[in-house]
Amino acid sequence: MNNRATATIHGWLLLLPAMACLALFTHWPAVASFIDSFMSTPRARRPARFVGLDNYEQMLADPIFWKAMANNLWFALGTIPTSIALALLMAVWVNDRIAGRTLVRMAYFTPTILPMIAVANIWLFFFTPQYGLLEQIVGAFGGRSTNWLGSQDTALYAVIIVAIWKEAGFFMIFYLAALQAIPPSLGEAAAIEGASRWTFFRRVQFPLLMPTTLFVLINAVINAFRMVDHIFVMTRGGPDNATTLLLFYIYQVGFGFWDTAYAAALTCVLLALLALVAFVQYGWLERRTHYQ
Amino acid sequence: MDRREFIGGAAALTGSLAMAKPALAQSAELSFFYPVAVGGPITKLIDAYAAGFEKENPTIKVKPIYAGTYQETIVKALTAHKSGTPPVLSVLLSTDMFTLIDEEAIVPFDPFIKSEDDKKWLSSFFPGFMANSQTGGKTWGIPFQRSTVVLYWNKELFKEAGLDPEKPPKTWAEQLEFAQKLTKRDAAGNVTQWGIQIPSSGFPYWLFQGLTTQAGAILANAAGDKTDYANPGVVEALQYWVDLSQKHKVHPPGIVEWGTTPRDFFEKKVAMMWTTTGNLTNVRTNAKFPFGVAVLPAGKKPGSPTGGGNFYLSKKASPAEQEAAFKFVRWITTPERAAQWSADTGYVAVTPAAYETEAMKKYVADFPQALVARDQLPTAVAELSTHENQRVTKALNDGLQAALTGTKQPQKAMEDAQAEAERILKSYR
Repeated sequence: MNNRATATIHGWLLLLPAMACLALFTHWPAVASFIDSFMSTPRARRPARFVGLDNYEQMLADPIFWKAMANNLWFALGTIPTSIALALLMAVWVNDRIAGRTLVRMAYFTPTILPMIAVANIWLFFFTPQYGLLEQIVGAFGGRSTNWLGSQDTALYAVIIVAIWKEAGFFMIFYLAALQAIPPSLGEAAAIEGASRWTFFRRVQFPLLMPTTLFVLINAVINAFRMVDHIFVMTRGGPDNATTLLLFYIYQVGFGFWDTAYAAALTCVLLALLALVAFVQYGWLERRTHYQ
Repeated sequence: MDRREFIGGAAALTGSLAMAKPALAQSAELSFFYPVAVGGPITKLIDAYAAGFEKENPTIKVKPIYAGTYQETIVKALTAHKSGTPPVLSVLLSTDMFTLIDEEAIVPFDPFIKSEDDKKWLSSFFPGFMANSQTGGKTWGIPFQRSTVVLYWNKELFKEAGLDPEKPPKTWAEQLEFAQKLTKRDAAGNVTQWGIQIPSSGFPYWLFQGLTTQAGAILANAAGDKTDYANPGVVEALQYWVDLSQKHKVHPPGIVEWGTTPRDFFEKKVAMMWTTTGNLTNVRTNAKFPFGVAVLPAGKKPGSPTGGGNFYLSKKASPAEQEAAFKFVRWITTPERAAQWSADTGYVAVTPAAYETEAMKKYVADFPQALVARDQLPTAVAELSTHENQRVTKALNDGLQAALTGTKQPQKAMEDAQAEAERILKSYR
């Protein structure tokens, strides 16, 4: 056997454990969900049978599905731009030589390392009517009492705020690393040219950060569809589905109602949606991104 | 990072599967899933029971497994059932009975009832609890950690409002009148203390069932295949609840969180609250003021739903394992143990005989509030339970929350809920 073949076999053998795990726990379940979405839910006396597009037709007629989609769209629109903008702002701020820099960095990063369930419980207290933190602050300024999580007008915003708070610090770390990779000579050159701070950021820093922005954006989009832990603690999808997100609904249908076939169909829609978003981001945005 | 987490998780999973296998290979081992839904050292208590049982029955090994909330426990039990090795015994919601029967996950207890003594034991439970445990002439569940809804009131705030601190409201009209007297507003018109609070997050249907029972309506039939959400009595009950907050403004607006309601009570932000008897020990420990516990006020009549968990026997377990599990269930529901369990947790003891034991008599002499739940049982009804229970219940929950947040009129909300329930249940008739 020649060296080249040995190297190839070695390579594949090294890849095998990870490949096997990925195939078993990621690729196969995805394929199985796709197949199951065309079957009926197996019950004790009625095994699964082929039903074609029935599950998808049911979905089109399901008001809660559309509500979850709309909520998820608002959740994405609410969390993604704000958390990225905040992350960038915080990164630029703690990148400067200010007093207590490490402390501020740590403070910004803290929400990320806390488990989401713990975070949700803390925020549950913040949002509690009458004696919650938010109420006490609003009350001190003579504002009116609001039932943040218990009203259909505010509940979704409340869970969006928690998501932003949780995510911004995480994205900041990526921006901070990228900012430190920008050669100081560029800053010095800009200073000699007399460029203002804003011009330097807009013309030099921001374009150089584009690869990071793309990476962060993709993560933010995925998270917008993936973050539901806090929903379980804070609202359980209520009031009247006002905070039901797509993944939360899938869990409810799959493990609350045990309608596994319909849950599989919902999962396929979620997968297709994420695939589409990733495709647009990689195909279109990447071409406009400047890599060093 | 994700992938590493994922592989770690996979390794942990295979590890736990490998551990579970040899345990089930021994036939005298009794695996037992149970949830924890109230405060207190429940896991320690259960472990002590298991050890006590093993001492008396050396051939049987009891392995209690804490499985999370009720919801998590049924997810785990049913997943295990579908993959082939379910726990022999589980404590799950009494309302999950139809779901478990439909999944063919459980067997009835009837084949194990052989001697006269067994029959006496089966008829020793409060009938109110058996309503959720029997269907089609068979007994599918044995009551264990059961509860009802009761009213807690703050005696100090009653006195401040000029009310008799020893007299809780007895009727809907009194409840409203007291709540009006107990609601306090500051100069700007903001409420600083609410009169009454009925939680409406998560599972509003359970507390609502108190109101509907009092209005003389029954939410579902005993066969679990037909609901009656649009009944005029149900609409009237919802109107009363909605009016408390929107018209009379003596109840907080919007959705009231179940989890923080006891805390609102401790903080004196609310003078009367409806919650489970399972919170009794919690309130006793944390309330810094004298409080009372009462049966729910009556509308056309008094009433409350029962709630909580039953023992279920797995269909896939071997006959020997089922027999062992039955023995354990009989052992743990003896009057003395039921009394002890009630005193330790605040749950209602499941048999009248338990209230005649020395331990219970001593407990209630010191803490008479513990008797209220029992006194309410004669008027208690079965908790709402149907086929596809979670889905049918969600239809009602959504309707209730829509009405309470003011997006739908009570009449319309209940009609929509009934239509959805009808669509789901049609195929079961």
